[in-house]
Amino acid sequence: MKLAIGPVLYYWDRDTLLNFYDQMADAPVDIIYLGETVCSRRHLLRLQDYLDVAERLVAAGKEVVIATQTLIESEYDVKTLRRIAGNEKFRVEANDMGAVRLLANKTPFVAGSTLNIFNSQTLDLLAGLGATRWVMPVEMSRVALASVLQQRQSTPETEVFAYGRLPLAFSARCFTARHHNLQKDDCQFKCLDYEDGLALKTREGQPFLTLNGIQTQSALVHNLIGELDSLQDAGVDVVRVSPQAHHSGEILRLFRECMEQRLTPAQALSQIEGLMPAASCNGYWHDKPGLEFINR
Amino acid sequence: MQSDKIELVCPAGSLPALKTAIDHGADCVYMGFRDDTNARNFTGLNFSFDNAKEGVRYAHAKGRKVLLALNTYPQADGWQRWKTAIDNAAELGMDAVILADPGLMQYAAKNHPDLRLHLSVQGSATNYEAINFYHEMFGIRRAVVPRVLALAQVEQLMAGTPVEIELFGFGGLCVMVEGRCALSSYATGDSPNTRGVCSPPKSVRWQETPKGLESRLNGILIDRYDPEEKAGYPTLCKGRFDVEGETYYAIEEPTSLNTLELLPKLMSMGIAAIKIEGRQRSPAYVEQVTRVWRQAIDSCRRDTQSFAVKPAWMTELGKVSEGQQQTLGAYYRPWK
Repeated sequence: MKLAIGPVLYYWDRDTLLNFYDQMADAPVDIIYLGETVCSRRHLLRLQDYLDVAERLVAAGKEVVIATQTLIESEYDVKTLRRIAGNEKFRVEANDMGAVRLLANKTPFVAGSTLNIFNSQTLDLLAGLGATRWVMPVEMSRVALASVLQQRQSTPETEVFAYGRLPLAFSARCFTARHHNLQKDDCQFKCLDYEDGLALKTREGQPFLTLNGIQTQSALVHNLIGELDSLQDAGVDVVRVSPQAHHSGEILRLFRECMEQRLTPAQALSQIEGLMPAASCNGYWHDKPGLEFINR
Repeated sequence: MQSDKIELVCPAGSLPALKTAIDHGADCVYMGFRDDTNARNFTGLNFSFDNAKEGVRYAHAKGRKVLLALNTYPQADGWQRWKTAIDNAAELGMDAVILADPGLMQYAAKNHPDLRLHLSVQGSATNYEAINFYHEMFGIRRAVVPRVLALAQVEQLMAGTPVEIELFGFGGLCVMVEGRCALSSYATGDSPNTRGVCSPPKSVRWQETPKGLESRLNGILIDRYDPEEKAGYPTLCKGRFDVEGETYYAIEEPTSLNTLELLPKLMSMGIAAIKIEGRQRSPAYVEQVTRVWRQAIDSCRRDTQSFAVKPAWMTELGKVSEGQQQTLGAYYRPWK
């Protein structure tokens, strides 16, 4: 199995983001997804900046994929999408069917998790259009994945979101701006203040969700480091870690050591705990509510 | 597209609701079968094959249309169920099927080329490139657009596609992009995409406590009500939560979408159809909402220039709105 780092889902300032990718150049990771996937107002790195970063990462021996924005609403969004799809150098992760239309039958692409590929018929269809890898929807279980992989006729690589706060929902409304009584069009870029998102708790203090602009994430950290053998058995080719503000490099190292069986799942789980911004969950993989944690 | 032909599409969660909608002026009704092939998979709701047959007969006898929602994503172990549903739709003479899954659209287009395809709101198509993808691949004729676009964005989208556009006009409001929300499965295990339900009733618990009446979803506290407050169904995005020490409706208030005042604009834009949400609601709801919208559309069609929303219409709709509140939602950009 290969190890990937997903696109940064939060809004970090320019230096922080560039430093992060400097670190990734030396991190034990095979594939790096780049680009703004959440909000078109986040502009501290422009597409050209990402393409420059991509060049450096390729020079460092990494596979680079440019990820597209998930919610494409305005003509500006469509134009950006066209520029990404038309870049002739890097593979693109399509996170909306609009992106698929621009890439289909032209260039190989990665079918992102928000395309909702839940069955082999849809997987084969996208593979026929040029998808060389697909990312399973975050809601999908191990059993459902195994069933898709058993029934499919095509052979794109399979990637699973295996670590990080789960990207659960996208909206037109910005919940971070709403929290500050600001309109989205005048959000004052409040997301910059929340490097790992803004915590939403129930009225009795239970951490429930994380607000990240127009995206809503889980409060708990989806963590399959203890399940790598079952990922392998299910036929997963790529394991994705989602970036967090601190310790991403160390988390990748633990995943790598566990994949290479230099750490047992129990050792990896105990070592990763101190590096996480919140407790683990893994319910989705076990066909349970996503927020549950099943300790095998 | 002719704006004076704008269709009123009403919800039919049962045969009585279907007949009520037809009798009160719906141009089309939409329904689902009694399983997880549609996004209102609730106990006691929806149609058996024979019920659906009677519904189609009733509607067609009065010159109206029936649309079938098959708008969940076929799960890997259930392909046969969704496939059979498509075959049944064709056999029943449905006027269109409303789909979200590309694999299922491919099956329908290949095996039932005369079956008209609509793209469900669950397909998350918010731009013309996405809509054109489904049009070119499967020949979809109409797309239902998620409730996240501003009207100006809908206009831009329409300029880029030959596909008819259907908009939500009234009813429960998803603040998230439909098809891209897994909040419900995160909390309960079941979601619209996978099981056709959001915040399912089986996970709901009500509890009187010294602090007030509490609503819980799989144990998670969604809201707590003071004695003078009216309690609402605990849809998880419409609860009150704590963010940085402040307790408020952090995601969305319990409120209904109501676009009645936008009707002249929607008609001049060339919107093909207006959809009323609420297959899970009673025939009484369907009657009230259908009657008001029929009157409003007819009035607007007669004289778009001087169209005015009648206070009586708003009062009627207010009675059946969630939390008795109404909003223009994302169509009104500052809402975002």
